[in-house]
Amino acid sequence: MSRITQTLSALDGAGRKALIPFVTAGDPDLSVTVPLMHTLVEAGADIIELGVPFSDPMADGPTIQRASERALLKKVSLRQVIAAVAEFRTRNTTTPVVLMGYANPIEAMGVDAFADAASAAGADGVLVVDYPPEESREFAKVVRAAGLDVIFLLAPTSTDARIRAVGEIGSGYIYYVSLKGVTGAGHIDIDAVSKRIPLIRDMVGLPVGVGFGVRDGASAKALASVADAVVIGSRIIEEIENSPADEILPRVKTLLSGIRAAMDSVEVTA
Amino acid sequence: MGKLDLPAEVSASAYNLPDTTGHFGPYGGTFVAETLIAALDELRDTYESLKNEPAFRAEFEYELKHYVGRPSPIFHARRLSEAAGGAQIYLKREDLNHTGAHKINNVIGQAMVAKHMGKPRVIAETGAGQHGVATATIAARLGMECVVYMGSEDVKRQAANVYRMKLLGATVVPVECGSKTLKDALNEAMRDWVTNVANTFYIIGTVAGPHPYPMMVRDFQSVIGEECKWQMPEMIGRQPDAVIACVGGGSNAMGIFYPYIPYPDVRLIGVEAAGHGISTGMHSASLCAGRPGVLHGNRTYLLQDENGQIIETHSVSAGLDYPGVGPEHAWLKDCGRAEYVAIDDEEALAAFHKTCRMEGIIPALESSHAVAYAMKMAAGMSKDAVLLVNLSGRGDKDMHTVAEKSGIKF
Repeated sequence: MSRITQTLSALDGAGRKALIPFVTAGDPDLSVTVPLMHTLVEAGADIIELGVPFSDPMADGPTIQRASERALLKKVSLRQVIAAVAEFRTRNTTTPVVLMGYANPIEAMGVDAFADAASAAGADGVLVVDYPPEESREFAKVVRAAGLDVIFLLAPTSTDARIRAVGEIGSGYIYYVSLKGVTGAGHIDIDAVSKRIPLIRDMVGLPVGVGFGVRDGASAKALASVADAVVIGSRIIEEIENSPADEILPRVKTLLSGIRAAMDSVEVTA
Repeated sequence: MGKLDLPAEVSASAYNLPDTTGHFGPYGGTFVAETLIAALDELRDTYESLKNEPAFRAEFEYELKHYVGRPSPIFHARRLSEAAGGAQIYLKREDLNHTGAHKINNVIGQAMVAKHMGKPRVIAETGAGQHGVATATIAARLGMECVVYMGSEDVKRQAANVYRMKLLGATVVPVECGSKTLKDALNEAMRDWVTNVANTFYIIGTVAGPHPYPMMVRDFQSVIGEECKWQMPEMIGRQPDAVIACVGGGSNAMGIFYPYIPYPDVRLIGVEAAGHGISTGMHSASLCAGRPGVLHGNRTYLLQDENGQIIETHSVSAGLDYPGVGPEHAWLKDCGRAEYVAIDDEEALAAFHKTCRMEGIIPALESSHAVAYAMKMAAGMSKDAVLLVNLSGRGDKDMHTVAEKSGIKF
């Protein structure tokens, strides 16, 4: 059983929902990344999504693009991101790390080399935004053979046939994009999400995390009442962006702890 | 002897790419986030059902004839040919189209698809502004709302085209992300589309992007080559020995190449922008100097660094200044059906001036790359050889660039 599956089933057994923060590796500097990951865990993160910077993050909004641009100014590469995971693992062997990014940096490194290095570093899963299931069967095979989970996105517009296709090759969890648009946009329609998630969970047989549009404790709490996990990205990156260097860690900790507390106040009904 | 006697059935069965999932060999495909898949599926299904429908074809042909002014003529550039000293150079005059370039052919087709899908709003990305102007033109013609995304650097460099789009009623949105050029405008247009897909149609300007765009844009542009196929025999009694076109994203080249793919005696030559020279790293020659990767929804040749980050490109012509290229060109290169070469800024500018002075035609700087290569190639050929150059656009938009290069300020 993968570290992701173990983590999510332990939480499920305890009647708790997973909190999954997203940060871009190397934003604003690679030296911040590993301490930031430990801070996220201290603030209540169950899984960390670690963004791999890319020059053309087409599915992300301006906030995450700016994070990528800051990291790329420092020439942060996929190999360095993987090295950061290895460094994180020297002090933390329990919190799963999912590498999230775009296809081209992985293809430039080579899929086999990437899968081996990520696995050896102690990464647990991979989410490639621009690899829909029809373009990534071979990739999923290689990455899963290396012991990593392959996480896919699903959207409100995904058809039943596509949801099943994701169920066949995906593992770990599903990242359900709760609204139309890009990361960091707009408001979530909780009613629509709450109707969709049980159907997806049944068809795919994996826990479902929801993201895109989580801004605060209230929206996280509302989503936690219907989903297995809550993903929060752009809001954390805004906090990093607006903090002086020496205040990044404490400010992110305060933000995420608040969200954790709001989520844990959800009364779980069977 | 040309290949005039090749039956249509043979050509159709010999080359039938892309496959049903949008792949040209290992290239093309649908590399987008899940949020865009439903919109692309809807577009693919609509286009598949429309493309052979007689009423749709008839309307498209009517617009091309009466609004664009097609067919565009082919012109024997006698003085250029003489100056080159070998093969005869013929120019396919896409510069004479309404709005001054080949871009309009595709935009009309896509706007008709948008209308059919009941989408009242169209969006587009633009670099030099030609595709933006064409889109704004059709939006005005069909009474649609139009938003054009343009890198803020390009907005500064192409002030006249920005004003043109505004005159036509479009909203121009400057894009401040990344390198603030064409690729960033494309990213931003994709974001708009994924957010507003219910009422919005994204008119992509070249043969790139996710399936079905590379196929659909090629189909609409292939009117160029289809006309050449009957015009050349009418003029010289046979097909040309080579067809030459500039390649940025590659839509004018695909438009003239595609109908000639089944004619093995016709060489297909794509001319990329070598900028300051391939060896300087400041160029836009993805096919000549790049390597395969994934960008903007498809797998193709890209200009990228060793870490897979897309790098900034350079060309004197804004329309060729793009780090990728249409996936069908990637396939035609790998299978050897087409050849790809590069012409640098200086050579293109020299060809620009020659075409002005010797033929009374002011070509776009993009098209000047194709003319430059044709003159180079013609020099080593016999006088009865024939080179057909796609003169994809007129150069009025380039006045400022050319004047600046000559040290002149307006």
